[in-house]
Amino acid sequence: MNSDALKGYKGRAKEVLQSLGGRVWANVVLKTDAGEFEGVILPRSETADGDHIVLKLKSGYNIGIRADRIQEIKETGYKEAVYKIPEKEFPVSPNKPSVTLLGTGGTIASRLDYRTGAVIPAFTPGELYGAVPELADICNLETLKLFGVFSENMGPEQYKALAVEIGRQIEKGVHGIVIGHGTDTMHHTSAILSFMVQNSPVPIVMVGSQRSSDRPSSDAAFNLRCATFTAGHSDIAEIMVCMFGPTSDEYNLLHRGTRVRKMHSSYRSTFRTIGDIPIAAVTPELVTPIKTDYKRRRQDRQVDIKPVFEEMVSIVYYYPNMRPDIIESLIDNGYKGIVIAGTGLGHVNKPLYPALKRAHEKGIAIYMTVQTLWGYVQMYVYDTGRDMMELGVIPAENMLPEVAYVKLGWVLAQTTDPKKVREMMLSPIAGEITEREPFDGYLILQGGLPEVERFLGQYHR
Amino acid sequence: MDFGKVDINDPALFESLGFKCGLEIHQQVATEKKLFCHCPVGLTKRRHDAEILRHMRPTLSELGEYDGTALMEFKTKKEVIYRLYRDRTCTYEMDDTPPFLVNQQAVDYAIQIALLFNCKIVDEIHVIRKQYLDGSIPTGFQRTMIIGVDGWVPYKARKITITQVNLEEEACREISDIGHVITFATDRLSTPLVEIITGSDMRNPIEAEEVCRLLGNSMKITGLVRRGIGTVRQDVNVSITGGKRVEIKGVYKVGNIRALTAYEALRQKGLLELQEKFNRQFPVPASISYKEDNLTAIFSGAGNTIGRRLESDQPLKVVALLLPGLAEYITTPLQPNWNFGSELMGRIRVIACIDSKPNLFFYSRRRQYDIPDRKWQECQTSLGWREKDDIVLICGPSADVATAINEIKIRIAELAQGVIHETRQDMKDGTTDFERILPGPDRMYPDTDHPPVRITEERVTANRGKVGEPLWEKQARWAKMGLHQEQINALSLSPFVGAFEQLAAEIPGKARRAAHLCTALMVALHRQGFVSRRPGNSEILNIFRTTLENDLPYRQVKNLLLAEDSGEKQVSADNGKLTSDAFEKVWRYAEKAFSGRTTENHRNKLRRFVVGQLLGRFPADLREILSRVDSQLSKAK
Ligand SMILES: [Zn+2]
Repeated sequence: MNSDALKGYKGRAKEVLQSLGGRVWANVVLKTDAGEFEGVILPRSETADGDHIVLKLKSGYNIGIRADRIQEIKETGYKEAVYKIPEKEFPVSPNKPSVTLLGTGGTIASRLDYRTGAVIPAFTPGELYGAVPELADICNLETLKLFGVFSENMGPEQYKALAVEIGRQIEKGVHGIVIGHGTDTMHHTSAILSFMVQNSPVPIVMVGSQRSSDRPSSDAAFNLRCATFTAGHSDIAEIMVCMFGPTSDEYNLLHRGTRVRKMHSSYRSTFRTIGDIPIAAVTPELVTPIKTDYKRRRQDRQVDIKPVFEEMVSIVYYYPNMRPDIIESLIDNGYKGIVIAGTGLGHVNKPLYPALKRAHEKGIAIYMTVQTLWGYVQMYVYDTGRDMMELGVIPAENMLPEVAYVKLGWVLAQTTDPKKVREMMLSPIAGEITEREPFDGYLILQGGLPEVERFLGQYHR
Repeated sequence: MDFGKVDINDPALFESLGFKCGLEIHQQVATEKKLFCHCPVGLTKRRHDAEILRHMRPTLSELGEYDGTALMEFKTKKEVIYRLYRDRTCTYEMDDTPPFLVNQQAVDYAIQIALLFNCKIVDEIHVIRKQYLDGSIPTGFQRTMIIGVDGWVPYKARKITITQVNLEEEACREISDIGHVITFATDRLSTPLVEIITGSDMRNPIEAEEVCRLLGNSMKITGLVRRGIGTVRQDVNVSITGGKRVEIKGVYKVGNIRALTAYEALRQKGLLELQEKFNRQFPVPASISYKEDNLTAIFSGAGNTIGRRLESDQPLKVVALLLPGLAEYITTPLQPNWNFGSELMGRIRVIACIDSKPNLFFYSRRRQYDIPDRKWQECQTSLGWREKDDIVLICGPSADVATAINEIKIRIAELAQGVIHETRQDMKDGTTDFERILPGPDRMYPDTDHPPVRITEERVTANRGKVGEPLWEKQARWAKMGLHQEQINALSLSPFVGAFEQLAAEIPGKARRAAHLCTALMVALHRQGFVSRRPGNSEILNIFRTTLENDLPYRQVKNLLLAEDSGEKQVSADNGKLTSDAFEKVWRYAEKAFSGRTTENHRNKLRRFVVGQLLGRFPADLREILSRVDSQLSKAK
């Protein structure tokens, strides 16, 4: 019996299956002290206990039966789950733009196996065409799976590989690139790509989904349609995140890669542009620019790829009563850069000063950002700020903490000269620092206020 | 079939057809909070605070492709609007927050109900997603779980199988469904409910109704479930020999079940007869030579229903479709005032979203419309109509008309299959209309958002201790106490059943009077505005007890209630407390009225008369009145 035959089972449940001859995917009649149960034995979640066997009944429901009750297992049939989506050839038409979808992991489209409940990812153009046939009306799609990692496992190695592949695709002459990505760290990746991939002639659009594609209410198909449309048809040649505007299925927003952040753990409209307004709104048929200062699409195939990253960089999220040992340990562990997310205008408490001083003397680059997310670091207002600058802490203007983190990693991989580092950090490359914060760049509408409630009564949010 | 002559109360008729019926009773349970979030349960009458818009997208079918119908439905897709209410919904109902852990109170209530129906409780609950594409749940699936299996209830001399007791979340309330926009209220969404599924054990429409009542009342009497309009709803499955299982969804009135199941059985019989005829006439349905013509020009500007519809803001078109040799089918009655043409209209309303009434105009029904004969003649000429052909006119947006024509052909071809496996909606008059085609087996898959919940034996035992005596046992006991069948029926539904049981135990020999107090009298008092009286109220129990112990007239209960309501400070009709004067006056009158009769019976009547007279005026002074009467009576002895 192979190991998959007892997939996920442990403890008593595994023993009982083994001794009575039960296996996953088998149609069985279980004889128990509480009567007979008929159904398919399903794999068990690794995190569930070792006492129960999961059975999918004929009615479609699953139940767990305590292994100790089971007296006999009679197999009446066996059909293994097939984890494969039939491919359908993606229709190609000469007058449609070519778009490449780069896969990093996670599922953009998938289908369900109702017998087992397994979610089977769809990724090749053929599979995607089966899942989202509307894509064929938008572009000629090619796909390339770079790696299969969860969003939280994306790191420097993947960033570099992605940047290099983007360079290759641009050289090949694609009209646009879509990157499928888990949403949790999408804004980290969009930020680092904004530095590693400069002056792209074509749109580079990151997309994911907040509700998985096996649900009828999923945002995945709409996101994918908006993203491929942006990549193939828009004239915005930047690194962008394309996700739901409101939680309603109405339009997506295109956020600049360095100014976007995931702001809600589960909402569809979780991505927001911070301290600015989004570049554009997009539907699967139309891009409507909101800003005008974006970089335009070009016909050439030139792009600057700088795929480097210094990994010894950290973010320190300051809290009252933080002890200096946090900083000390970073110094002692050989870190080369520290981004602090400070309170208010960019502050930490005095007991940290000696540690910061020592870090500076050791040549560690220290940059200050704000945990308020909106607004600029301003260290001249209070003495404490001025004191810190004397210690070598450099204000990072209105760079978001995560953006400052990836940028510092990228800069330190190119130079360790503090002056040069400072110059690169503070010269905006892709909108990570802006000269002005527009009056509507900070809008967290407060629910309960009459005018806001009127607005909510009037528009689908 | 002549529906005027059918007797739906004739069991033999249905048993000869091979009538089979199963029930799914959806009963909301009486928890304070919803099943997967912490919103309070209950409907709101307030205007909604916000709306969101969503679409439901079919997920890939078993074959990895959308099937034709699903894709067609998706193309003529609906915008789904959800109304949000500050006091009833949170981001869970919006499908913007994953579920919180399942409401444990709801699980316990469901376990108790499952035990009541003699089910085995599962060792481990698994939350499952059941797909719904109609938009009634924003996630596109309902979260549901099995609590118990393999139960039964006694009925007549046999056992009705309870295959499953599930705990699940309630769907949204539909507000409207117009054209391509369907609107739902989310206040009801995620209210916990138990679903009781019976075997297809009912053999005629009367049994279906009776078993439904038995199950519903059995739950109500436990106090674990919500009461009132909309808190319970039935899905009823019906089939006959040669037919298919058809599900009538969302039946709110148990009283409708008899007619609904009867007419569904007869509809299936009618379809089976049509099937035979159709297969003889059209061995290859695909070869039926339909013919269509765009007749928009003929109708635009015309002073009839279609002409007026064309005046709409959006561009509409009128297409005439020739149904060759099909006139007799269209006019075949399948339900009262309902023929195969009506069946087509139902399909078109759902699939093509053409919902003006009527949405199809048949030549064979032309007397029902204001379309003049000369217009029909133009249609006939353009399509080459011959005797036995029918013509259908469809008016709507171009894409919807195309969908409609395709769907009409599909439905006609389905005549070859006899009965279609579908769900139908209750039209409230005993008839049903098409709702949707069942997409094979229910699409169910595990809810990865929720871990399995272990149900320990201790928990089952604790819940078993809370399950009261089942209704069917109570009923048998009440019959032994001498209650009339009518009283038993009324008591089975009464919220005051607990009060009755207590009184019947405390005061033996007066069960019938106690039953009367707790049923007919309470109903009357309720109607007169004694709405604040709740079951389990100890005051009301005291009043009933006094009434029974002292054989007071029923009409005094109201006065006693009034007195209790305002406590000791009750201002009686005399604006004060019982005076010796008032007592003497009544006593003297009564003595005169009952003079010369000294039997125990007459003394009791005298006593009741005096108490009754005085209680009306001094309801707060019951004890005082009783003690004075009794002391007078003992003196009089
Ligand atoms: Zn809620």
